[in-house]
Amino acid sequence: MNRFSLTWDKGIALLLVVVTVVGIFGVPYFGSTDNISFILQDIGEIALIALPMSYLIIAGEIDLSVASALNLSSATIGVLFKNGVPFGWAVVGGLVTGLVCGLINGFLVTVVGLQSLAVTIGTLALYRGLGYALLGNNPVNQMPDAWTSLGYSNIPGTFFPFVTILLVLFGALFWIVLHYTPFGRRVFAIGVNPEAAKFSGIPVARTKMVLFAATGLMSGVAGVVYTLRFASASPDGAVGYELAVIAAVLFGGVSIAGGVGTLWGVLASVLVLGVVRSVLQLSNFSANALLIVSGALLLISVVFPRASEMIRAGRKAKSGN
Amino acid sequence: MQKKIARAALALAVVGGLLATATPSTAASTGIKAGLKIAIMPKAVNIGYFTAWNQGAQNACKEIKAKCTYVGPTEATGPAQVQFINKIIQQHYNVLVISAADQNAIVPSLKKARAAGITVVTSDADVADASARTVAVLPSAADRIGTAEVDWIAKATGGKGKIAVLSAAATAANQNTWIAAMGPYLTSKYPGMSWVGGTVDKSTFYGDDDATKSTAQFDAILAQYPDVAGIISPTTVGVLAAAIEKKAKHAAVKVTGLGLPSDMAPYIEDGTVEQVGLWNPIDLGYVAVYAAGLANAKKFTGKVGSSFKAGTKTYKVVKGGIAYLGDPYVFDKSNIATFKKIY
Repeated sequence: MNRFSLTWDKGIALLLVVVTVVGIFGVPYFGSTDNISFILQDIGEIALIALPMSYLIIAGEIDLSVASALNLSSATIGVLFKNGVPFGWAVVGGLVTGLVCGLINGFLVTVVGLQSLAVTIGTLALYRGLGYALLGNNPVNQMPDAWTSLGYSNIPGTFFPFVTILLVLFGALFWIVLHYTPFGRRVFAIGVNPEAAKFSGIPVARTKMVLFAATGLMSGVAGVVYTLRFASASPDGAVGYELAVIAAVLFGGVSIAGGVGTLWGVLASVLVLGVVRSVLQLSNFSANALLIVSGALLLISVVFPRASEMIRAGRKAKSGN
Repeated sequence: MQKKIARAALALAVVGGLLATATPSTAASTGIKAGLKIAIMPKAVNIGYFTAWNQGAQNACKEIKAKCTYVGPTEATGPAQVQFINKIIQQHYNVLVISAADQNAIVPSLKKARAAGITVVTSDADVADASARTVAVLPSAADRIGTAEVDWIAKATGGKGKIAVLSAAATAANQNTWIAAMGPYLTSKYPGMSWVGGTVDKSTFYGDDDATKSTAQFDAILAQYPDVAGIISPTTVGVLAAAIEKKAKHAAVKVTGLGLPSDMAPYIEDGTVEQVGLWNPIDLGYVAVYAAGLANAKKFTGKVGSSFKAGTKTYKVVKGGIAYLGDPYVFDKSNIATFKKIY
């Protein structure tokens, strides 16, 4: 299984290279510096949340409330700013909101002992509802340009948007922690067999609590990015992003059953999805076709590993005879 | 849905022909250079209303010899639209005509598009920041939507008698704005007419945009004011319920309001209702493309007080950088057969 998932990751990375090369040479305007900036901005929020989501799914849990937490964080920034709080502090408020959302999920899963799927379906609705309660039907706009330009302009002198800084920093941090620290190894151990992990002295509940809190906090970070990028906070922001995040994580080779996955696979997957969308859009595929292609990619990512597993199991059974 | 769109497309071809012949205008006379690359972006594709809107835009495109592409997301959200705005910036379009799915979220992207030299015109739905586009082409000023309905009921009743209003919810902001404009207009313009309850507020009944409740409210008006001469219903649900109930009860009261042609066709065809109105998405798209094309050719500034010509009509930009089409489009026996197939 482990050997196979490695292959899948490499496949995704290869796909990224192939699609990029095809795009650069075959699709007009794809290789422009503007487009690189657009793609990175486009995947920013998804990538930031996909990082902790990979940990959660590897540990055998899931968080479906991330888009609602992102939006609640954005709504908090909007409401604080509208009521005269300096924008910098409003941003801090947004980050804290994200963290609290994660802590609530973590509490309900690890202390109360509920299923994360059920808990976060509930908080998906709850956090979204709170966003509506905060903003009502009045989106907040006219945020200070000094802040919002961070959301939609490039780092001066480069063609990389500001969000690239966050992607590199957090990407490296989450990569190192997952693959090169005892904490990361614990996450895998919990995903493979939570009972065994518990008996071998791993603080399962505390580890999961940290993962949910980190997911909430990163949703808050994504909420800040989202607010700046769209220079506004509205109650219906980021609808459906949770599915985009989970799709990217699964497509990156993380097993929905837990215990398997790599961070670089997930990062490559987020990039592939962004690049594929850009290639299709610039090739003038319709929005309907885009929807079909992204759905098909996700389905392949779930079906393919399972199918090859079955084939391998079939071979083993044959050679056993 | 598919069938509806196909049907709409067929009917639109007919209307398109009518419009093209009714508005003889050539690219040469407008000063717009041929071959402009124009993106027509709805809030979301796959919606009949926007298919009609696009058809109007395409008619104008033919006249100005532009290459127009209908492009947009499948979900009507700002972030989804932004991806497509980025695409049209990438592909160096000259013009973007857009119905804003989110009045705030697409503002930074539209500003980027303008900075890249693209002429941006909003149509049907505007953005919150007027500096993000050259001009907005919108249906009718809020006041005029209200006062036009008074004119219609005056026409139906011969300018005489007592009038009531069957609205949506008491909290519906649009309807309340329109109704507020009806009040003084009716009493000052039509001396032979008055409100059943003395003032427009006391003459307004709320059907909450619910068919059953609207029907009950229609009956309540007749019961409470047997001498009522006309009912204005500024909501598509209300006016349909009123037409159905009027026919069922053989009521003499005249009915008009804002109605979908496809809903109202049977009642206009059989004479239950003389006329209803609504904005016409075909005209919206048509006029917006002209505004954008002329702005791109520097023949039109989009500033308040400036004006531009689309087809045979001239449109003036008013406060907020908005050009209104004018009166809501009226549907009666003469044109309902065509428009019922469109939306």
